[in-house]
Amino acid sequence: MTISHTPAGAFPPLITLALRPLPLLPLQLFLSAVLRRILGQHPRMFERLGPYAGRSYGLAPSDLPFAFVLHTASTAPTITVVRSLPPGLDARISGPFSALIGMANGNYDGDALFFSRTIVVEGDIEAVLALRNAVDDADLNILHEGAALLGPLRQFGEILLTRRKSRPAPDGGEGPSRSDRSVRSWN
Amino acid sequence: MELICPAGTPSSLRAAVDAGADAIYCGFRNETNARNFPGLNFSPEELADGVAYAHRKGVKVLVAINTFPRAGAIELWRRAVGDALGAGADALILCDIGLMSYAAERYPAARLHVSVQAAAANADAIRFYMERFNAKRVVLPRVLSVSEIAAIVREAGCEVEVFVFGGLCVMAEGRCSLSSYATGLSPNMNGVCSPASHVAYEEKGGAVVSRLGDFTINKFGKEEPAAYPTLCKGRFRTEISTGYIFEDPVSLDAATLLPSLRKAGVTALKIEGRQRSRAYIENVVRSFREALAALENEQPISERMLEAISEGQSNTLGAYRKTWR
Repeated sequence: MTISHTPAGAFPPLITLALRPLPLLPLQLFLSAVLRRILGQHPRMFERLGPYAGRSYGLAPSDLPFAFVLHTASTAPTITVVRSLPPGLDARISGPFSALIGMANGNYDGDALFFSRTIVVEGDIEAVLALRNAVDDADLNILHEGAALLGPLRQFGEILLTRRKSRPAPDGGEGPSRSDRSVRSWN
Repeated sequence: MELICPAGTPSSLRAAVDAGADAIYCGFRNETNARNFPGLNFSPEELADGVAYAHRKGVKVLVAINTFPRAGAIELWRRAVGDALGAGADALILCDIGLMSYAAERYPAARLHVSVQAAAANADAIRFYMERFNAKRVVLPRVLSVSEIAAIVREAGCEVEVFVFGGLCVMAEGRCSLSSYATGLSPNMNGVCSPASHVAYEEKGGAVVSRLGDFTINKFGKEEPAAYPTLCKGRFRTEISTGYIFEDPVSLDAATLLPSLRKAGVTALKIEGRQRSRAYIENVVRSFREALAALENEQPISERMLEAISEGQSNTLGAYRKTWR
């Protein structure tokens, strides 16, 4: 896991245009399956939301012609694909798809994306922080989970989705380890 | 020098351990902790699991109980002391002298560190904590120059821990009332500075306006790096000019001062940011681990490695070099 030192890339406008006429139902079914799979593996993920469980979040990729609404009800969270975000949501997070997915995957730091103006957050900021921290702690790999549902197309799906991610930091490999000589016992 | 790294979640704790921390500091999911943010922090059970993970890898865990107990509610803070030691914490980071007295008397074997929130900034104050409560280490407030730190190390005879990276406060910690003034809630009593419950962002034509309570804190132009919505880093219009009248929105990065800090006798280097993600934590810890390796091998230390994840996307040496003097 590394954070990119460059802003997350956006889909080219042509791809956005090409996706516009597509029906949302197949994507809706796919994303619901991904969410079910993630919750199956991380059943306690939304426990961290505490009093914010039940809030609704709008996730709006600025480079895609659709958006997502995440309802975090503790019993049965849902995700819905929409053409544009409806009013009345508790909070909205927008930015390039790769930034949003990279933040959820733990590749990007949400505060850094905010500092660089890559993402915009509006609404109930407490609820946004709670969701960000809950998802960050779950150690998700959403792309991997999504690709796993593609069956024989899994490898193709992973390549297609991961190529949107920005390059890793130059030090992406194993970093230097602790120098035992410098650590003294306290007892 | 030891590398002391933040963790706001169990996942961050594991990331910090794996990235090369010598010790992790973290806190409970309540107001005993100066980073009492939504969705953050540890239950006693999560702390015990985190301590076990860290200890398996030879890493220590320090528990910050670093707010000032409310009158009539001391039991919450005392329970946090017991829970932290019960989970196997290697040290407690405390700021309130009443709580420190309780911990020293009730758990005499516990190792106590004086939190930055205590604002112990001179040798006499530090010796008081050492003599009265057997404190072993002090985390110095971020208001001292390197030469002042060296003098404290010489005079106090105590282990000294200093911040080397992360958010900065313009005030001596524990004594700031700006958040209380704007929202009624403070890091010192409630564990939240400029709480998210009072923050609002509004985007208008590419610009973002940030508000805290009834105050407009800042307006960032289309390409301008943003900052946290704290009063101390607000941009205000005065009769003289418009700008940052308290403090610029920048992060501390003292990596290039590691040789001076080592020479000053500093024991431990602290990274701020328990409220940040595991991506931040892993990268900052890894970067400082590399800097320490470079220091050990007498190689140059890389500069400006972490600007992209810093507040305002820029860094400062802060009070370590008081260029305004």
